[in-house]
Amino acid sequence: MATALETVRDYAAKAYKYGFSTAIESDMAPKGLNEDIVRLISAKKNEPEWMTEWRLQAYRRWLTMEEPNWQKVGYPPIDYQEVYFYAAPKVRERPESLDDIDPEIRETYNKLGIPIKEQEILAGVAVDYVWDSVSVATTFRAKLEELGIIFGSFSDALQNHPELVKKYLGTVVPQGDNYFAALNSAVFTDGSFVYIPKGVRCPMELSTYFRINEMNTGQFERTLIIAEEGSYVSYLEGCTAPQRDENQLHAAVVELITMDDAEIKYSTVQNWYPGDAEGKGGIYNFVTKRGACRGKRSKISWTQVETGSAITWKYPSCILQGDDSVGEFYSVAVTNNAQQADTGTKMIHIGKRTRSRIVSKGISAGKADQTYRGLVRMLKGAEGARNHTQCDSMLIGDKCGAHTVPYIEIKNRTAKAEHEATTSKISDDQLFYCRSRGISEEDAVALVVNGFCREVMNELPMEFAVEARKLLGISLEGSVG
Amino acid sequence: MLTIKDLAVSIEGVDTPIIKGFSLEVKPGEVHAIMGPNGSGKSTLAYVLAGRDGYEITGGSITFDGQDLLELEPEERAAAGIFLAMQYPVEIPGVANSYFLRQALNALKKARGEPEVSAADFIKRLRAKAEEIGIRQEFFKRDVNAGFSGGEKKRNEILQLAMLEPKLCILDETDSGLDIDALRTVSDGVNAMRSPDRAMIVITHYQRLLDYIVPDHVHVMADGVIRKSGGKELAFELEKQGYEGLLGPVARGAEA
Repeated sequence: MATALETVRDYAAKAYKYGFSTAIESDMAPKGLNEDIVRLISAKKNEPEWMTEWRLQAYRRWLTMEEPNWQKVGYPPIDYQEVYFYAAPKVRERPESLDDIDPEIRETYNKLGIPIKEQEILAGVAVDYVWDSVSVATTFRAKLEELGIIFGSFSDALQNHPELVKKYLGTVVPQGDNYFAALNSAVFTDGSFVYIPKGVRCPMELSTYFRINEMNTGQFERTLIIAEEGSYVSYLEGCTAPQRDENQLHAAVVELITMDDAEIKYSTVQNWYPGDAEGKGGIYNFVTKRGACRGKRSKISWTQVETGSAITWKYPSCILQGDDSVGEFYSVAVTNNAQQADTGTKMIHIGKRTRSRIVSKGISAGKADQTYRGLVRMLKGAEGARNHTQCDSMLIGDKCGAHTVPYIEIKNRTAKAEHEATTSKISDDQLFYCRSRGISEEDAVALVVNGFCREVMNELPMEFAVEARKLLGISLEGSVG
Repeated sequence: MLTIKDLAVSIEGVDTPIIKGFSLEVKPGEVHAIMGPNGSGKSTLAYVLAGRDGYEITGGSITFDGQDLLELEPEERAAAGIFLAMQYPVEIPGVANSYFLRQALNALKKARGEPEVSAADFIKRLRAKAEEIGIRQEFFKRDVNAGFSGGEKKRNEILQLAMLEPKLCILDETDSGLDIDALRTVSDGVNAMRSPDRAMIVITHYQRLLDYIVPDHVHVMADGVIRKSGGKELAFELEKQGYEGLLGPVARGAEA
């Protein structure tokens, strides 16, 4: 009978379930990055002149910037000239209906457990599918259009609603915001676009499924969600990638905007390939996500379950401009084997009586390292603003690490911020108790960890909570024995 | 059903033995009480039977229904029909009591190749059993043992026992921390489980519990072995004389 600690060392990582790749012809731009590539991407997408210029501006900004190194993660330098910045599945034309989708792609989504057609019919969830940065299908579009909701690929939005894109693009995450946001602004190929008109409550979950397939490609998607006055939308993104020995870069930008009394609930289940047990391969997940509560009493809520990627580095944030606006961040981050994560949030309180809540649950196993990094900033005008932060870390084994780095800046005397943090270990007693009732060791770990994360899991839409719960178990397989 | 032969156990990494040649035969339908002073090795015996880590078996054997018990993982022992009601039930924050129980029950069913119970059937059964043991339904939603009083934790163990229906129940100081009323309801719950094909090992310090759960056999353990065995009257004798009076200096020598 080995103790939990001993078997941590014994176990090898279980195979990543989504690690297959699909043989499909791709239309790829040459490797590397220069102004011509940026122009080429823009031309491929048949973009208006102003968009091309906007990209070039971003590219020029990017050239002057340095890759940041303040984060608590380590990786060898990325050679941006070795990356393919554009890869699209070679389809005859953009599919007119779901039946036109390449059968290979369809098969892949089937293997991932999300059959395109069935998902539409059974779950009543509208889904946009993004394949190596290009959107391949959007379900339920017609039904949404009746309500005036625009949901589809970013490219489509640029063709059909250029005025909306131009008005909001880059207003929350400017081109030069940070190194990876600048890179994304220059080369993003697709992503999702959502517009909810005034007073409309979106009747279904909107969902985008991201898949990286090609080798050496980066995925640079761009998501923009606008919720007009009094509207509501719940949006979910899921991500997987094949198992490859090289590291692949995923540098997305997500911008959310809520007007008066509007609410956006944004949920992520991120399961990019994490690399093998020794840390070979895996996705670098360097993402900028930010929401602006522009309107009074508006609300933005981020929920993330981060189990994949070799390195996760992201801080979904809220800018609370409107008086009485609310920002929330619920996070579960799991790192196993050699995974690294530096994640958290920023809550910027500008308006009066703005409130924010942060609940972060970090689970570290194997020799993984994890940092919660969070900023709560209350500006001078943030009269009566409130924040509550709760950061809980759970360690499994004795070779992993958990770090909590809160930054709190308060410039208004009436504003209040609270921070609570705990660190615990999954105990041999808990595991023995479960096992003595017949629950296998791996199920016991999943049970205890899910209990630890319950507050966050409860925030996920029902359909995805079940999936996320399973994913937590799978991610930690082999972490104790 | 259960045969323990010359069992010798020490704590992993420590040379001093805790159990030193312990033998016991338990047949279906029997209730055995094991009594003994602190440090006599009673709880170690319970943990070793359930398969807890951290003990080294240095000698002897345990067979359960013909299987070598020491070869089995804790969850396999549970599937074989062993249940340990713990002295200190563990808290599992964030996991609802009823969810936990259903997971456990279905895991046992799966291991035995039986169909899982439906949510509706499960709840029906849970309600019935809870009522027998005097557990309020609000209990079901609360996290496993988190924030429970000592008495509530023990009742919860008995609820699990009733739901999981093991062949061999081991009660490790189930009476500690219980007031008279709770002791009675817990004992009623245990007695309701008595049947010709189920055996019980009741570990306790005091004779008091045995007024409620009447044993067929009483064993007095001190310093790692059974010093004296008898019928239920042995418990009364022990109550009168004390461990030292009954066993002599060996009882005192074992005080930890």
